[in-house]
Amino acid sequence: MNYRALMLLSIVTPIWAQHPSIEGIWNSASLTPFQRPVELGAKEYYTEQEAAVYEKNKAADLNRDRRDGGQEADIARAYNELFFDRGTKLARTRRTSMIIDPPDGRVPPMTPEARKKFQAIQERFAAHPADGPEDRPLPDRCLMFSQSGPPMIPGNYNDLYQIVQTPEYISILAEMGNQARVIPLDGSAHLPRNVQEWMGDSRGHWEGNTLVVETTNFKSNDRSRFGVQYDGMTDHNLHITERFTRTSPDSIIYRATIDDPTVYTKPWTMEVSLEKSEGPVFEFACHEGNRGLAGVLAGERAQEKRAAEQKGTNR
Amino acid sequence: MAYHDRVARCQLIAAGFVAALLTVPAPAQTSVAKPNLNGIWQAVNTANWDIQTHGPSPGPPALGAIGAIPPGLGVVEGGELPYLPEAAAKKKENFAKRWTADPEIKCYMPGVPRATYMPYPFQILQGSSSIMMVYEYANAVRTVNMGPPREAQVDSWMGTSNGRWEGSTLVVDVTGQVDQTWFDRSGDFHSDALHVVERYTPVSENVLQYEATIEDPKVYSRPWKMSMPLYRRLEKNAQLMEFKCAEFVEELLYGPLRRKVTKP
Repeated sequence: MNYRALMLLSIVTPIWAQHPSIEGIWNSASLTPFQRPVELGAKEYYTEQEAAVYEKNKAADLNRDRRDGGQEADIARAYNELFFDRGTKLARTRRTSMIIDPPDGRVPPMTPEARKKFQAIQERFAAHPADGPEDRPLPDRCLMFSQSGPPMIPGNYNDLYQIVQTPEYISILAEMGNQARVIPLDGSAHLPRNVQEWMGDSRGHWEGNTLVVETTNFKSNDRSRFGVQYDGMTDHNLHITERFTRTSPDSIIYRATIDDPTVYTKPWTMEVSLEKSEGPVFEFACHEGNRGLAGVLAGERAQEKRAAEQKGTNR
Repeated sequence: MAYHDRVARCQLIAAGFVAALLTVPAPAQTSVAKPNLNGIWQAVNTANWDIQTHGPSPGPPALGAIGAIPPGLGVVEGGELPYLPEAAAKKKENFAKRWTADPEIKCYMPGVPRATYMPYPFQILQGSSSIMMVYEYANAVRTVNMGPPREAQVDSWMGTSNGRWEGSTLVVDVTGQVDQTWFDRSGDFHSDALHVVERYTPVSENVLQYEATIEDPKVYSRPWKMSMPLYRRLEKNAQLMEFKCAEFVEELLYGPLRRKVTKP
């Protein structure tokens, strides 16, 4: 190494701080299931050939433009393929599930107390699906989406993220739910425990080439933050550790470890591949355009009214 | 020497020093000195109540002094808003029903420029290829495209923002905003033809001068301008906190649709 190169290193290193850039627009859509199908056991990866077969079968299975299931199935497929953007491939790792730990690729069992509470919650929502807005799942209320995270779990569409990076902050804007998470990198402490947020309070730091983000101060809520993928529960003890590693010019490997000792018998970890995208990320004005929630509640009231009237005539 | 000049000069000196030692070209974004707008900012005025000069007035009686409207000097250059005749009538109507019709009541995203002077902080994150502006109020957010300008593909609540540097000023051109937002709680409004040109100019380390030129030929007879300083939030622990107000307006919006429990 010559003198000029040495000078270059000594000057450039402190100026550009040498953290990899994760800035850009990224897409997490893939056909990889959240939990591993039980029959695959401990099989972590598909071979190239198996992946091709899986992708073909899965795409055919999910296809909502099929009209081969009779009237009921047609109605269930009313949102046809136009509405979906779930990708056509497995994640580039060819993993058989997003969950990578425990080794069976499945969410670990809940603690007995949590299971009891979860069952009671499920029963309550089954009996009272729409008494008021708070009985509805969080996306119906435009409060939380699985994509916005943490953990950032891909869904059926809008799996786009725009990341902007400065030396002091990372901001992750999730298109789904239009939520930006601004993460300080200054080593500051979390908010006091009495402040609880839907997205939690995130603090980040670099460990080598990996951005590590710790999130606490989650709001306790009875509705799953794992979206349609898995009907699980969390509480205010939830602690999530995310790791963003730029593994190639076109991708980031994203891992999230979910530690909630009062709900799960052990921590578990999921992995998603974020792929570079052209975007653009659109504004999802969910609350501003929310006609669905009013419709669901009004529909439920109409059904109650009809049931009461029928009861009256039967008397 | 003004703050931004000093910054520019330091960056130029540093860039020159490095360039002299290297045969490797410096990354494009560091070769031109740009001011650093990163930070948490907030307006300290009453423009969100009324962008024009106004005296104090009572609010909803139940809230007493908490709900009363504080007086304030306007932010509109020249004082008057050049409403077209029909638009002036509409503004009057908006004012009369402001306690129910202001989109802020429903926690709707405020649009530009109102987002800038809501009584909540907002954060500027100056990335290498785009600038993100995150507002505490209602999770509003927008990304300013610093690349080749892109036309608005659809109308949105926060519009489509294209930015460029003019010396030390960040100029943001905003189009494609929906016609549903207001400029203040007094019913000042615009149409879907709204075109806003914002200018963010650092005047010292902790102050940005903000200007917004409003052009909307369907509502105003000529373009007009508002301006105000934005102050850096200097608290050591300053941060945006979560204010998902959608949750807090559920009773207002959906209360009448709740199940009524009739007592036996």
